[in-house]
Amino acid sequence: MIQSNIDIKRYRRRRLFNYFVLFVSVLTTIFGLFWLVWLLWTLIGQGFQYLNLDLFFKATPPPGSNGGLANAIVGSLMLTIVGVSIGTPMGVLAGTYLSEYARYSKLATLIRFVNDILLSAPSIILGVFVYEIVVISTGHFSGWAGSIALSLIALPIVVRTTEDMLRLVPNSVREAAAALGAPQWKVTIAIVYRAARSGILTGILLAVARISGETAPLLFTALNNQFWSHTMNEPIANLPVVIFQFAMSPYDDWQHLAWAGALLITFSVLTLNIIVRLFLRTPKSSY
Amino acid sequence: MDTSLKREAVFDKLFYHSTRLCAFAVLLVIIAIIISLIIGAWPALKKFGFGFLTSTAWNPVTEEFGALVSIYGTLLTSAIAMAIGVPVSFGIALFITELCPVWLKRPIGIAIELLAAIPSIIYGMWGLFILAPLFGDYVEPWFTNHFGDIPLLGALFSGPPMGIGVATAGIILAIMVIPFMAAVMRDMFEVVPAVLKESAYGIGATTWEVIYKVVLPYTKIGVVGGIMLGLGRALGETMAVTFVIGNANRINASLFMPGNTISSSLANQFTEAVGEIYTSSLIALGLILFLITFIVLALAKLLLYRLSKQEGSRT
Amino acid sequence: MLKKVFMLTMIVAVMVILSAGITGQAIASDVRTISGAGATFPYPVYAKWADAYNKVTGIKLNYQSIGSGGGIKQIKAKTIDFGASDAPLKAEDLDKSGLLQFPMIMGGVVPVVNIPGISSGSLKMSNELLADIYLGKVKKWNDDKIKTQNPGLKLPDSAITVVHRSDGSGTTWIFTNYLSKVSPEWKRKVGNDKAVAWPAGVGGKGNEGVASYVKRIKGSIGYVEYAYALQNHLTYVKLHNRSGGFVVPSSKTFQAAAANADWTHAKGFYMVLTDQPGKDSWPITGASFILVYNNQHKPDVGKAVLKFFDWCYSNGSKMAEKLDYVPMPDNVANLVRATWHEKIKNPQGMPIW
Repeated sequence: MIQSNIDIKRYRRRRLFNYFVLFVSVLTTIFGLFWLVWLLWTLIGQGFQYLNLDLFFKATPPPGSNGGLANAIVGSLMLTIVGVSIGTPMGVLAGTYLSEYARYSKLATLIRFVNDILLSAPSIILGVFVYEIVVISTGHFSGWAGSIALSLIALPIVVRTTEDMLRLVPNSVREAAAALGAPQWKVTIAIVYRAARSGILTGILLAVARISGETAPLLFTALNNQFWSHTMNEPIANLPVVIFQFAMSPYDDWQHLAWAGALLITFSVLTLNIIVRLFLRTPKSSY
Repeated sequence: MDTSLKREAVFDKLFYHSTRLCAFAVLLVIIAIIISLIIGAWPALKKFGFGFLTSTAWNPVTEEFGALVSIYGTLLTSAIAMAIGVPVSFGIALFITELCPVWLKRPIGIAIELLAAIPSIIYGMWGLFILAPLFGDYVEPWFTNHFGDIPLLGALFSGPPMGIGVATAGIILAIMVIPFMAAVMRDMFEVVPAVLKESAYGIGATTWEVIYKVVLPYTKIGVVGGIMLGLGRALGETMAVTFVIGNANRINASLFMPGNTISSSLANQFTEAVGEIYTSSLIALGLILFLITFIVLALAKLLLYRLSKQEGSRT
Repeated sequence: MLKKVFMLTMIVAVMVILSAGITGQAIASDVRTISGAGATFPYPVYAKWADAYNKVTGIKLNYQSIGSGGGIKQIKAKTIDFGASDAPLKAEDLDKSGLLQFPMIMGGVVPVVNIPGISSGSLKMSNELLADIYLGKVKKWNDDKIKTQNPGLKLPDSAITVVHRSDGSGTTWIFTNYLSKVSPEWKRKVGNDKAVAWPAGVGGKGNEGVASYVKRIKGSIGYVEYAYALQNHLTYVKLHNRSGGFVVPSSKTFQAAAANADWTHAKGFYMVLTDQPGKDSWPITGASFILVYNNQHKPDVGKAVLKFFDWCYSNGSKMAEKLDYVPMPDNVANLVRATWHEKIKNPQGMPIW
């Protein structure tokens, strides 16, 4: 009888502690979600009132004048498109190599390892690297330098997702194609890519989402431009750097533009992510 | 028939080599980064030697530079971020895997991943405009009034309530790394075979005991790996920190005082550094940061790899 | 699905071409953009001038306000058409780099504070006090040293947050030049340069960053060019000048200081206007300079740059005065033009002006 008394007491204690822990975990989840909600709330609250058509048609103004973010938006689009265009083919091909040709080799393990490090490397270091290699040798800042920096961010993401997606394609499909006499390259391009196409597209979209918000690598490569740039061969305006400059300034109208721009970036990025996660197949979240 | 086979063979070789080249490109990029950083940092390293790592000087006038202030800031903000972030991420992962009703799992998972996707410049802006004033007006004075007079601890909370500073930067970093670590931990927890957990429940363990005694030991390597991934992120984060850290090149005992991290030093000073030694010192800082994050991430990867080998399901 | 991807790619490609085309059209009518970078000190007036010049000629000025240090670095690296710096380069340095330096505008650097209850011009500071605050020796607003100079002013018991520049700045150069002149301790401990090892405080990027921090942080003190204090409604401080008076910053006091400048004998137009004699002189006045190359390998760009500044000399004075800057007097402008003719040459050795 005494035995079961002690047991009940101990059981109650364990149960209480359990409830306590579960309660704390609920709190932490609310804590995490709370920041998200607060952040988005602020962003909408501050940025929405400054959204107007001017944003999309007028270039960035000097302080005290009317203007918009058009050149920054177009500049960001161009940098993103060029960056992804450079990074995607290389990334897809590299991922193909890792999945189709050298899946279990030691070399592949090394490349995967290095790729994952590149994935999480500080983007400002990539900016310094591209500055050293491109800006110094060409003698000036340019959209090309910025795109190259962005492509270095996109590359590991595409490599990782491409390899993961290609590996999901069952070998029977490959073997069937080979049995029909298709050479390896055709097997890969016509059959395996096709099977994994939504996954590869996912990777590309994730890369786009990631680089649209990157500021640090553009700080010393693409720099910024008050006006429209004629070509990619000169400093080009882009949303993140413009937001950085305007937000840190003391001018109210610039700060309003910064909030509007922040809202634009956040919602494009979030929309892309939601599309990817809801409608396309994803691998485990690529960290 | 013969020629088409030959042609196919050529294409095959072409394709194979182009994929191989691109795969090597990844390796090449990392090596190129390290080499160019070393070349850029060489003048400063040659001038200051190992003293660079321990000197708190940062004087563009006399061209005396030292990395200690920036390294200290980087480590301190990351430490604060981890101290807050790890327990919270753990709690979130616990909630999602064990407590959460099934219909809620996906939305919360998506919400957490959305937090991870928000660009860091947004965190920076929000920190500067919203969090910092709140801190300066309410939180910091509260801490200074209540703890400022305690002999040793008080030094942590001294200084004018500016709102910006090391503490604010650390908190914003925490909010940024929580989604990553929570996602990794959740993935780890989900990988545990249901059989193990159910056996534990079957003999009467509470949820907490299942986590503590079954899930965690099983996944601990992966959890540590996930934490180190978060740490790697925190160490390298630039924009969120640059907005709120205050750009002061000195070390203070107080958490409320401004400071500098390696990435914020780079972001603020790189385009304006005049003189070879100044620029080279900044690149040297970049090299140090790269090496630190490289080591942390490499360790993280190794740990995660060990876990996946252990449970054998991932590769 | 492949078809869809193909269509998507086509659409994207078209968008890219279109957008490139749009940008091309938008500036198809523009002859040229001139690019410059550097000092944040004159940025408000350069921006005003560029706007007016654009309306008259259609030529755009792309000016990156990144600080004098950045301006010097970029012009030396030849990544821009002209550099702007408030820290004048010495003649030897100019000769070594092949640069020509000329003054464009003058203005005043003003200490600004954010103290609840204190309005512009009510707080007075002596030279040593300003230096002591920036040295970190005076830590609170109700310190005796401040109280004795401001009897009757209600000063709060709060800590002073010092705000300085985190980037390489000509404004800092002018400010520290002044502090070095009035405080031997400052000269010894910190010195005079575009970027110094500040003993205390928070670093803002550009005049904008300092203004921004002072606006946000209660109990802060910073130094900015006067136009920034005006534009952002910051509270300025009265300073004690060499001849004994307490002066407020204004175009009158800046002009009084600038009147002492002897430009004809300044080698390379090197001129420092801090701590000038005269009872109305603002003690922290300075000039802002433009840097261009003597040998222009792109002479038409060089000419466009000179034409812009020539227009500013002739037509920009009223706009500058509205922002409380001091425009260069006509005789100096003519001296500068003569120097352009004498020094700036195209690759064939002919003057471009």
